[in-house]
Amino acid sequence: MLTRQERVPILPEEESEMKWRIVVNEDWCKGCGFCYTFCPREVLEKSDKFNTKGYYPPVATNIDRCVGCKLCEAICPDFAIHVEENAKSKKGEK
Amino acid sequence: MTETSRISTIEEHPILEYIRRDRLPHIFCSACGIGTVLQSFATALRSLNYDMDNMVIISGIGCTGRASGYFAADSYHTTHGRAIAFATGVKVANPKLKPVVISGDGDLFAIGGNHFIHAARRNVDMLVLCVNNFNYGMTGGQMGPTTPVSAITVTSPDGNIEHPFNLVSVAAASGAVFVARWTALHARRLTKSIEKALQKKGFTFIEVVSPCPTLYDRYNRHGTGLEVMKKYREISVIRNFSDPMQAEIDYRTRIVCGEFVDSEKPEFSDLLEEHGKKLQKGD
Repeated sequence: MLTRQERVPILPEEESEMKWRIVVNEDWCKGCGFCYTFCPREVLEKSDKFNTKGYYPPVATNIDRCVGCKLCEAICPDFAIHVEENAKSKKGEK
Repeated sequence: MTETSRISTIEEHPILEYIRRDRLPHIFCSACGIGTVLQSFATALRSLNYDMDNMVIISGIGCTGRASGYFAADSYHTTHGRAIAFATGVKVANPKLKPVVISGDGDLFAIGGNHFIHAARRNVDMLVLCVNNFNYGMTGGQMGPTTPVSAITVTSPDGNIEHPFNLVSVAAASGAVFVARWTALHARRLTKSIEKALQKKGFTFIEVVSPCPTLYDRYNRHGTGLEVMKKYREISVIRNFSDPMQAEIDYRTRIVCGEFVDSEKPEFSDLLEEHGKKLQKGD
């Protein structure tokens, strides 16, 4: 089976205090590049690792710049990426 | 991040409650705009908190015709071009239901052209979402009723000599009460238009211009789907409530997007019910 059903947050653990977290199902990604091209805050970048289909999913290299506009979620054709509020966030509690 | 911590986190996409998860990942090509349309439609359903028991999703044949199979609602995958005919039947048989037709330009305007104009004329309550990729994608990229003049396809290798339909103009002239055009890039505005159209009673039509990176855009040297989307960002202009006759759609110059018509008109199934009551009284 190609599909792995887990969805994985793509921010490093030490940055888990950010208000937003971007979650990607890497194995559903078809590498179209819409999310990291049209992200208005340049949060996302193309990964250097490929998934099981051979496509390059996005990684969140600048997660602290994310304002939660969810354009990546709206434009993703493969239901592979979504943005949610980080429950552990200290910024979100304010 | 260690591998174990990555796998232990199971998260859910917010719109997956409207999607048949066992069908995913879907069959559409990488960078095809149909996925974005499905995403926008599901997002609109979620923000309206729409009751899926009152919705029937109907699609014809073609790439976009696969769309009905991905939604967790009652759905029909109908014969070629007859999606609107089925939707009219659904509406007349049970006026409580809201039929939504998601289909392609070839299905709706070539084979189903007559169904389209007459459903719009009668103002049957339905939402028609037409994904326009300028050719017949599923069968290998043949020219269709929306292929622009001089575009190259499998069946027009030296350039198309036929003039295309302007879909928003056809819909507005036929009497649709809500007409809009967006590209796959305008995902947010498309979602808003779908929300508006779902709340309206009557024949509502939304055209979505979509890249076809595997066939149409490859034959015409437009580059990858991503480059086509970048081009849409450059050339698309938004002219809400402008004349749909003037809404040009030309990849070299500009694509006019926006909501062109938003009007009110008595709806077909209401009139039918009224008419039935009138006849019963007369007996």
